Amino acid sequence: MTPSSFVGADSLVEGILQGNRRALSRGISHVEADTPTGRELLAQLYPRTGHAQVVGITGSAGAGKSTLVGAIAREQRKRGRTVGIVAVDPSSPFSHGAILGDRIRMQDLTADGGVFLRSMASRGNLGGLSESATGVADLLDAAGFDVVLIETVGAGQDEVEVANAAGTTVLVANPGGGDDVQSMKAGLMEVAQIMVVNKADLAGADTAVTQLRGLLAIADLGAWKPPILKAVARTAEGVPELIDAIDKHQAFIKSSEYAEEERRHHAERQLVAIARAILHREALSAARQSGALADLVSVVADRSRDPRSAAEELLAAVRREWAGR
Amino acid sequence: MVTTTEAPIRVLIAKPGLDGHDRGAKVVARALRDAGMEVIYTGIRQTPQMIAEAALQEDVQVVGLSILSGAHLELFPRVVEELKSRGIDDVLLFAGGIIPNDDIPAINAIGFKGVFGPGTDTNDIIEFVRGNAPART
Ligand SMILES: Nc1nc2c(ncn2[C@@H]2O[C@H](COP(=O)(O)OP(=O)(O)OP(=O)(O)O)[C@@H](O)[C@H]2O)c(=O)[nH]1
Ligand SMILES: [Mg+2]
Repeated sequence: MTPSSFVGADSLVEGILQGNRRALSRGISHVEADTPTGRELLAQLYPRTGHAQVVGITGSAGAGKSTLVGAIAREQRKRGRTVGIVAVDPSSPFSHGAILGDRIRMQDLTADGGVFLRSMASRGNLGGLSESATGVADLLDAAGFDVVLIETVGAGQDEVEVANAAGTTVLVANPGGGDDVQSMKAGLMEVAQIMVVNKADLAGADTAVTQLRGLLAIADLGAWKPPILKAVARTAEGVPELIDAIDKHQAFIKSSEYAEEERRHHAERQLVAIARAILHREALSAARQSGALADLVSVVADRSRDPRSAAEELLAAVRREWAGR
Repeated sequence: MVTTTEAPIRVLIAKPGLDGHDRGAKVVARALRDAGMEVIYTGIRQTPQMIAEAALQEDVQVVGLSILSGAHLELFPRVVEELKSRGIDDVLLFAGGIIPNDDIPAINAIGFKGVFGPGTDTNDIIEFVRGNAPART
């Protein structure tokens, strides 16, 4: 099939549902760039999602997330499951470019027809990361992958939102990362359902486990008690146990008493996160168009106006702009 | 931060064959990143199948191959074949590394629009990619 036959949402949808990798890849580009075709794809394909086990893998830079994702994928393949992967790396705030190097850790998986790996840059587009990364995960789900893994660097709000969108979120920590572990408790701790101390071949793994346990003891948790595991991603040690824990959490979220309420809760968080991203983008664009943004920036910059009241006026300008169109 | 409506150009930089080091490839990758592009970097020792499959999964507009080993006349046509067998006939191809002048016509002939030897100014590569990358989405 030639690439030109995959123009337009309908042919892409058909290709994706038939398992055509080229259609899937092109479709992902549309979703990532938030084109009209991308939106149409999601509208048509979302009802076909829900089959995949969607797992977020997050943690600080260099924690071994990609190595772990590779190890998880290999083990899942052994268990007969197909695996779609979205690996997100930060864009440069200066050039908006990015080097996406996560494939390096998963080279061997490239030859496996049961695996599809897509690298994504965060693109710094106003909270749109959660919108696009979860959209890409939805396409992989609709394409029929049994497991979808989303790798993000756990740093900001965006990543927390990506984690929110996954059914199960795994937080990757390291031995000796004491400060690291401390800084994680705000936000990430609450959204992770499984903790892994990776690089357990290094000294201090047990201390890290104890620290995490201490943090969990004071965290605001529901009925699910997050297990704390040790792993050596490089050798895949601890990875089968990690997958067992993920499966257990997946079974838990599908269990009858839990399911209905949590599904609604999950849907609400996802809906609000995406709506917020769109609102943010549209409001800022209206603020620019009306000229109010540039004007107010000037008066705040020269201190003739306080930023709080200037922000109120900016929003008033946005509302006028919206009312007028 | 500004929302760019134009998606960045996506480039795959790969090293086919058995070369042991990838300094040059990394310099090019960084230069393209600094020029605002998204560069998928796959590391050394890539087979033609791996390169083509990565190009497919990443939906890149551009594939740049870096080679030092002298196996370009053997490996480059196989990369092109693997790309074609996946229906990919609309990516911009370029090559860098150590490629004798005598071999350049043969490489151009199989679809590599640009061949950049050692000491090339990275600005020339940036300009080449910007000027020739096919449009997407
Ligand atoms: N000792 C040890 N090193 C590991 C282990 N897992 C990964 N590493 C190393 O940690 C480094 C970073 O690994 P990556 O998998 O790239 O980490 P990452 O979290 O994906 O990194 P970013 O995507 O850049 O944030 C590499 O040098 C790995 O080889 C492990 O279990 N033990
Ligand atoms: Mg990584």
